[in-house]
Amino acid sequence: MTVVKSEVVKSVTCPVCGCLCDDIELTIEEGKVTEVRNGCAMCESKFLNYISEHRVKTPLIRKDGKMVPVSYKEAIHKSAEILANANYPILYGWSSTDCEAQRVGVELAEEIGGVLDNTAVVCHGPSILGVQEAGIPTSTLGQIRHRADVIVYWGCDPWSAHPRHLERYTAFTDGRFEDSEWMSYINKVKASVGKKKFAAVKKRSLKCETEPEAISDNKPPETLNKEGRKLIVVDVRESMTGKVADYFVQVKPNKDFEILQAIRALVKDEDLDVEEVGGVPVEYLKEVVDTLINCQFGVIFFGMGLTQSAGKFRNIEIAISLVRDLNARTKFVIMPMRGHFNVTGANTVFTWQSGYPYAIDFSLGYPQYNPGETSVVDILLRKESDASLIIASDPASNFPKKAIEHMTKTPLIVIDPHMNVTSMVGDVVFPSTIVGLEKAGTAYRMDHVPLPLKKVVEPPEGLLSDEEILTRILEEVRVIKSQRMKGAN
Amino acid sequence: MVKQKLKVTLLTGRTIEQGVGKEAGKATQGYFESTTMAYMDICDMKKLGIKNRTNIQVTTPNGSVILRAVKHPRGAMPGMIYIPYGPWANAICSNETTSIGMPSFKGTPAEVEAAPEKPVLTLKELLKSEFGK
Repeated sequence: MTVVKSEVVKSVTCPVCGCLCDDIELTIEEGKVTEVRNGCAMCESKFLNYISEHRVKTPLIRKDGKMVPVSYKEAIHKSAEILANANYPILYGWSSTDCEAQRVGVELAEEIGGVLDNTAVVCHGPSILGVQEAGIPTSTLGQIRHRADVIVYWGCDPWSAHPRHLERYTAFTDGRFEDSEWMSYINKVKASVGKKKFAAVKKRSLKCETEPEAISDNKPPETLNKEGRKLIVVDVRESMTGKVADYFVQVKPNKDFEILQAIRALVKDEDLDVEEVGGVPVEYLKEVVDTLINCQFGVIFFGMGLTQSAGKFRNIEIAISLVRDLNARTKFVIMPMRGHFNVTGANTVFTWQSGYPYAIDFSLGYPQYNPGETSVVDILLRKESDASLIIASDPASNFPKKAIEHMTKTPLIVIDPHMNVTSMVGDVVFPSTIVGLEKAGTAYRMDHVPLPLKKVVEPPEGLLSDEEILTRILEEVRVIKSQRMKGAN
Repeated sequence: MVKQKLKVTLLTGRTIEQGVGKEAGKATQGYFESTTMAYMDICDMKKLGIKNRTNIQVTTPNGSVILRAVKHPRGAMPGMIYIPYGPWANAICSNETTSIGMPSFKGTPAEVEAAPEKPVLTLKELLKSEFGK
């Protein structure tokens, strides 16, 4: 009988979402990950499925409509030709790779006079614009973990998108000065069993003819005044996070701006001459405001519910203004729930290299920044770009159809470990190593704390990293351009 | 018989199943299952005369797509439809970036009707029909 030698690697940083949980333990057997400890469902899915039939094994080039395997050398030369010959190429993605690759990306964009944009444009781009308008009072997640006694999630569902956020940083963690509310949640679940039976009977006799006038018929519960951490969730539908909250406030879609303004007025002790705002009775809002101003340290986390709804960056600006107002009464901070594990890194690297966080146009030889004009979705909708390089993201899964239509009509280079939707419609596809598993690097957590990513296993033989592929494309572009210069002379 | 059509507010967003599916691979069955469904309020489903997992056609000024209607498991969300992010949601979501680069993925108008006889397109079929690739 042969004994399989296994090794446990501790303190691995998870390269999935902006939480960057750095307490993951991986069991490695025969060079492969066989067990994941401490991770969420998405973390397990990433670490246990990294070698599958969906992994791209060799570079591919589309020839006569079919994807044909080629060498890295041929794919790099083809890509360099496409980029060197393009007048207005876009270089998009960057959020699921390390800062080291992002740095080379900025150099490449400058060299070819392209537009450099990252996934923030369809995620927290409006948050960045809001911050540029109003500033941001924020902190690290460590401060929040140890001190926050009121936690508000507005327009986000960490239970689904950042599954360990509550457990590691907010309501369900034991901090130095605040305890976990996990047991209180368990007791609430036990107490709700009887209520559920009653609700099931009520539902069977439910009549659907009449619409409720105000969406939120959920009165603030007594627990909003309890000792310890209090969790408030504001959303248009009851998410999983809403289910575990001490108070779930259901609001009408596109009404966040009005509600935030109403709360600001109440924080300033002003009267409102309306009964309800955005589907929430004002008397409920008053109780929420009491909770906010009576806390020791409060935090608002916000997500796509604010950035993608009507108002977009104005919602963020006003949420930040609310936090500023609250700071006149108590201590409050605010933080966007960043999605991809290194989208914060992409904004940070781009800013220190070019001065701007996303939507950077190098076509005039110097960086220009004007989201709406120099942002990738708008460029694609206006059909202005003539080539695309997509790395560490999947816009075909995340952009409106019209934008992708133009992308597929121009030469499309894709760099990604897996065959994603963009790769399927690409013209040159590069496989790369998985950052944080097969390659070490650096990533920024959602609170701008940089963390090291580990190399835990060897990559499949012959695969290059994002950084190496970009570096080689950049070198080849420079060779082509110098040859062109010599030819011209 | 004229088919009942329902005017709703379209929301797109994350679910944990979609998150697990995207990490496993965009071509996996898990990703397909989690992104070709739409959460609806039980009362709205009754208005359309459909049951859980019946196919529906969601139409916006930007396009039309067939999805499976799934009863929203928590609370009421009358007049809203929630589709997880993915190529199927993109087929109908708004292009409007309001001059700041961000498309309107949430809070745009849509129309829903029952379509039990129409199939949900696979990823390959969808890409072929939209982009010819």
